[in-house]
Amino acid sequence: MDDFLLRAALAGIGLALAAGPLGTFVVWRRMAYFGDATSHAAILGVALALAFDLPIGFGTLFIGLLMAVTVSTLAARGWAMDTTLGVVAHSALAFGLVAVSFLQGVRVDLSAYLFGDILAVSSYDLGMIWLGSLAVVLLLIWRWSGLLMSTVSEDLAYASGYKPDFERLILTLALALTVALALKIVGALLIGAMLIIPAAAARNLSRTPEGMAIGAAILGGLSALCGLMGSFSFDTPAGPSIVATAAVMFVLCTLVGKTALGRV
Amino acid sequence: MSALISAQNVCLRYGATEVLHDVSLEVVPGEILTLLGPNGSGKSSLLRALIGILPVAKGKITRSAGLRIGYVPQKLAIDRSLPMSVARFLSLPDWHQPQDIAIALVRVGLGDIANHPIQGLSGGQFQRVLLARAMLTRPNILILDEPTQGLDQRGAAGFYQLIEELRTQTGVGILMVSHDLHVVMSASDRVICLNGHICCQGTPLVVSHAPEYRALFGLGTMGALALYQHDHDHDHDHGSAHDHHHYHNKADHDHG
Repeated sequence: MDDFLLRAALAGIGLALAAGPLGTFVVWRRMAYFGDATSHAAILGVALALAFDLPIGFGTLFIGLLMAVTVSTLAARGWAMDTTLGVVAHSALAFGLVAVSFLQGVRVDLSAYLFGDILAVSSYDLGMIWLGSLAVVLLLIWRWSGLLMSTVSEDLAYASGYKPDFERLILTLALALTVALALKIVGALLIGAMLIIPAAAARNLSRTPEGMAIGAAILGGLSALCGLMGSFSFDTPAGPSIVATAAVMFVLCTLVGKTALGRV
Repeated sequence: MSALISAQNVCLRYGATEVLHDVSLEVVPGEILTLLGPNGSGKSSLLRALIGILPVAKGKITRSAGLRIGYVPQKLAIDRSLPMSVARFLSLPDWHQPQDIAIALVRVGLGDIANHPIQGLSGGQFQRVLLARAMLTRPNILILDEPTQGLDQRGAAGFYQLIEELRTQTGVGILMVSHDLHVVMSASDRVICLNGHICCQGTPLVVSHAPEYRALFGLGTMGALALYQHDHDHDHDHGSAHDHHHYHNKADHDHG
C-alpha cells in the first residue's frame, strides 16, 4: 500500500472515532442543522486563517466556536433556532467564499476545503487528526453521564445535580474541534454527513446509547476504508466516495435492523 | 426540623411578566406539602425554581447540603432516535442493580418491563417509571408535578397510597402539584393555594374552609362557579386574619 493511501486510511479512521460518537448526540438532540452550520462557517475560518497567516485548523476552530456560541445565545434569547441557523450558516459560507476571493497572492484550491483532500494528508496532519480525535473522545467519555442525562431531559439533569448549560458547552466545543479535523478529510460541505449518517445507521442496530456510539464509530471507520478503496479503484473523489459509502451502509443497516430487531 | 428546601420571598419572571410574587415556603423531612392552583398560577414554575432550573428574579432558594432530589416532571418526551430500555433509563445517571430496578418497578405497579424500549410505554406506564426512577435515587425530597396525570382513578389512589408509604418508611419530604382536590385533601399534611402569589395555606381542613380557596375552586355554593370573582390586587397580610374583600356574588354585595 502506498504511503499516502495508508495516511488517508488512518486519517479517515481517526475522524470516524470522534465523529461517530459525537454524531449520536447530534442525532439525539436534533442538532443536524447545527452541525451543518458550524461546518459551513469553517470556510470563513479558512479565509481568515489565510488572510492573517495562521494555521487553517486554528481559524476553523475559532470560527466554529464563535458560530456555535452565537447561535446558542440567539436561540436562548428566543430566536427561532431553525431560521437563525439558516441565516448564519449560509451567510458564513457566502462571506467565506467572498473573503477567499479577496486573498491575492495566495493560490487557494477552494475545492479542497469544500470537498476535502484526504489523499494529501501529511504526517503532521495525521498527528493532529488523531490528537484532536482523541481529545473529543476523552471529552465525551469524561462527560458521558451528564451529557446523556441532559440529552434525555435537561430538567431531570438539573434535579440530579448536573449543569446542562455546561454539558452543552462541552458538546459545542467537541463539535467545533471535529469540524476543524474533518475539513481536510471530507470538506466543509460533507462534514455534517460524517456526523449524522454513521450515527443514524448505528441506531438501527443498537439497543443502548453506548452501543449506538460505538457502532457509529465502527461504521464511520468502515465507510472511510471502503470509500477510499472505491475511490482508488474507480478514480472517484475521495471525500464524496466516503460519504456515499456511509449512505449505502445506512440503507443496509436499516434493512438489517428492521428484520433483526423489529421496529422500536 | 430544618428545611430540606426553602424559598424566601421569591419572585419569578418570564421576560417582563411576573408569574410569581413574593412566595415563601419550606419543606421539612417527612411532610407532604401540596400546591394547588388554577392553570397558569405558577405551580410548575415554582417547582422548577426550587430545583434550580429557573432563575429567580428576586428572593432566595435554599437547598440543604447534599440534598438528593427525586423529580417527576409534568411532561417529558424522549427522542425515538435514542435507543434506551426502561432499565437503562432507571439507571440514569447512577447505575442500579437489576434486582433493585425490578423491585422499584413492582413497587410502582409495573410488571417485568425492564427491557422494553422507553419510548414504547403508555402515558400511565411512563408516569410510573418516572416515579420509580425518582425513588431509586434514594431522595431526601420528592418533587412531583401532577404525578397522577395519565393514571386512572384506581391508579391515582394507589399512587397516593405509595407516596404515603414512602414517607412513613423513609422519612422523605414530598412536595407535589396536584389537581385531584379531594384526594389531595386527604393525602397532604399541608396545602398551599397558589395563584401568582400564595393565596392561603395551612392544613387541608383550614385551607378547605378558607374563602380564598373556595373562591379559586368554586366550592361550596352549589357549583355556582361563574358567580365567583376573585380579587387579586389586594394586599395580603399573612399569618393574620384575611380581611380583604371577595365578591362572591351580587346578592352578597350591598349596593345601598
